[in-house]
Amino acid sequence: MAGGFPTDTRGNGIVGVIPVLFSAALFVYFASLMPTIAATEVIRMTLPWIPSLGIELAFLVDGLSLTFSLLISGIGTLVLLYSNTYLAGHPQYARFALFLTAFMVSMLGLVLADDLILLFVFWELTTLTSYMLIGFSHEAEKSRRNALQALFVTGAGGLAFLAGLILLAAATGTTSISGIIAQGSALKEHAMYLPILILLLAGTFTKSAQVPFHFWLPNAMAAPTPVSAFLHSATMVKAGVYVMARMHPAMSGTDVWLWTLTIFGAVTAVFASLLALRQTDLKQALAYTTLMALGTLTLFLGQESGYAMTAFATFLIVHSLYKASLFLVVGCIDLSTGTRETDQLGGLGRIMPITAVAAALAALSMAGFPPFLGFIGKELKYAGAIAVASEPVLVAGAALLSNALMLAVAGVVAFRPFWRGTVPSSQSPQEAPWQMWAGPIILASLGAIFGIYPDLLQVALVAPTVVSLTGEVGEVKELQLWAGFNIPLILSVATFVLGLVLYARHVQLRALLERGFRAIPNLDKGWDKFLDGLKAFAKWQTQLVQNGKLSSYLFGTFLTIAAGILLTLIYTGMPMIAVDLSDVEWKHTSIALLTIAGALLALVTNSRIAGIAALGVVGIGIAMIFIVFSAPDVAITQLLVETLVVVLVAVVMLRLPSLPKAEFRLNHALLSVAVGASVSLILIAVVSSPLDLRLTEYFEVTSWPEAYGRNIVNVILVDFRALDTFGEIAVVVIAALSAYALLRTTRKGDQK
Amino acid sequence: MNSVILRVGTRYLAGLLLVFSFYMMLRGHNEPGGGFIGGLTGATGFVLYAIACGTQDARAALRVMPQTIAIWGLGIALAAGLFAALFGDALFTGQWLFIGATEDDKGLPLSSVLVFDIGVYLVVFGSILTLVFAMEEEI
Repeated sequence: MAGGFPTDTRGNGIVGVIPVLFSAALFVYFASLMPTIAATEVIRMTLPWIPSLGIELAFLVDGLSLTFSLLISGIGTLVLLYSNTYLAGHPQYARFALFLTAFMVSMLGLVLADDLILLFVFWELTTLTSYMLIGFSHEAEKSRRNALQALFVTGAGGLAFLAGLILLAAATGTTSISGIIAQGSALKEHAMYLPILILLLAGTFTKSAQVPFHFWLPNAMAAPTPVSAFLHSATMVKAGVYVMARMHPAMSGTDVWLWTLTIFGAVTAVFASLLALRQTDLKQALAYTTLMALGTLTLFLGQESGYAMTAFATFLIVHSLYKASLFLVVGCIDLSTGTRETDQLGGLGRIMPITAVAAALAALSMAGFPPFLGFIGKELKYAGAIAVASEPVLVAGAALLSNALMLAVAGVVAFRPFWRGTVPSSQSPQEAPWQMWAGPIILASLGAIFGIYPDLLQVALVAPTVVSLTGEVGEVKELQLWAGFNIPLILSVATFVLGLVLYARHVQLRALLERGFRAIPNLDKGWDKFLDGLKAFAKWQTQLVQNGKLSSYLFGTFLTIAAGILLTLIYTGMPMIAVDLSDVEWKHTSIALLTIAGALLALVTNSRIAGIAALGVVGIGIAMIFIVFSAPDVAITQLLVETLVVVLVAVVMLRLPSLPKAEFRLNHALLSVAVGASVSLILIAVVSSPLDLRLTEYFEVTSWPEAYGRNIVNVILVDFRALDTFGEIAVVVIAALSAYALLRTTRKGDQK
Repeated sequence: MNSVILRVGTRYLAGLLLVFSFYMMLRGHNEPGGGFIGGLTGATGFVLYAIACGTQDARAALRVMPQTIAIWGLGIALAAGLFAALFGDALFTGQWLFIGATEDDKGLPLSSVLVFDIGVYLVVFGSILTLVFAMEEEI
């Protein structure tokens, strides 16, 4: 692996600068909204989109969405600045910047959307763009696999999510999210509450990587490091958390909500922190700490108390700041030394002082030391946990254990590589260029500034977010560095002690965990087998349905037609069929006889040319029926198509050997009788019921005054229903081109 | 097929069919006809030509690849539909211009609907010839 930073730090020219400026402008815009939001007001913007379905391009800026927007656009700016150097001179940087910017905008749309359908569109856009980003190094097999895994897991969750949203819209009668929240607790008493909850949570849990759907997230580390930083801090995985937070006022408070979120959150938090300590790769270790954070956030969303909500809002910000910062630091270490393995790193503090400071600031916040914001976040976590009426011991215990493990991981990731050991002789590290340390330093310093002046954050973001979460003003709790001697403080001290012990013993612990986790089944290992099984099933299924025999396709098609019509007729009750033959004239009879004769001839002949001609007779007979019943346009079309079909078929058929002697096949005979009988029955049924002439009359009246045409058929085709015609001719072109391509390829195949 | 009578007859028939196909298309708005029927008629003329004189001659007589014609047709139809947007109407709303219209005579009507129909004509014409020529040549 070649280490070292790009020598040309000018980045990628204009392609690299524009995205940075764009996202910075977005950040400034969102920042300018802060005073309004701090006054606990909300900003709405609505554009009509699909008025017939009541779906609007509705956007809402309130505390919750503004907090997310600032994190997304702010971290996005720094990540884009960082990437411009990290990937300087990469031949596909333009593509990368496009994906990353598109991802950021989708994420912003997701948190600002105030309409369920709009929310879903952005939800899926984040899935798609993150797939592009995770699989950006598409030459690597592993990268492609992991990108696909992320796409499948979150995509499958997305389907459940869509179903949940549709049920939600049906249950509440609106797609507006504010409208649903305004209905208050009506949703919780609705009969569909449980299915809606399960489906929505299936979506959010897969997106936010809760155990047991967590396996895709560490694998998503295949992405370039800046992408990981962005994906893990403010976006993607936070989308699930965001949706749970958004739905909190309307859906929380029930036992199912409380227990599902609490248990999944607690299990994910503890499980992930143990896994994090087990890793030797810095990036992997950080990835698991993200899982821990997601679990903790979910845990808090399960509750309803003001403490839990304040803890949620604070920890959300704390985590985004330190996580983005640490990931970017790891990227610097990776480029500088060429490795991310803890065993091969050491003594970087003197060589990379600025990066080391950023890492230290971020890690202290992550570990929850005063006076960092992480400390306040942790205190609030404990206060929130104790405020949980039902199971304070469980929640506080999970929080204590995961926090202590976090402290240990922070030591492993941000302390050990810089301040312990010496630089191995094989490496020649150097300090990162400013574009790459600017982001970590800014983000990590914010953690310290907000920790010392918590009021800044309190008024501007935390209080409005808590209002969004609870729907009430005044629920928010004070952010304080020093809250006096109380249980949270005692728990904090316990965390430090336990955490430092865990850090000191982390090498031994790692070996222990290594053995322990081998016993636990891992969904990631089963993933490839599952995928192979799915492919095998698809192959078997395709071979069954598409066996390449034209006659079996036709058999299946006609069988479906006959069965469909007959079953419909049976279930809806056979209509009274009174066939009145009194007005049948001789010309009708003779046309019918001609057509039947043609059909019979086609059946018994063993000369191909006679068969084609016989089919032509049938077609022309049908055209004559159209003429007799005054549909000249249809008749002309039928005649012309019939002529061309005969020519086309003749071209093919005459090259083939003569037909084998016609043999009698019972199943074919039965099927043809069934199709004929069912179609005749349904036609008679249609004719004997009164025709609805409203459309015909409408076109007769309006054709001339509105479309200036007297030929109704053509006026419908080119004016009233022009869009349908356009669709049809597009199909005609596609069919012709596909057939052309097929014919051409076959010939080339033969020549080989 | 090598028949002198067919070949000589086709010279006249194919031309006539082509002229007739335009006529069918243009009268379509008020009488039986239209772009679909016109396109089919025109294609019949060239199919006949291909059978009598071979696809090579037919392609030479057509000058343009039939696929190109079909795609142009699709583009023209789309343009005719989008044209309505210039006047703030919904997609595919017919736009009309009556040249020399008086109180009781509508004059010469020109419309985006006719352009759309020409697009349909070209799509049908080009698609069928794409298929027929390819089949004649490949099989």
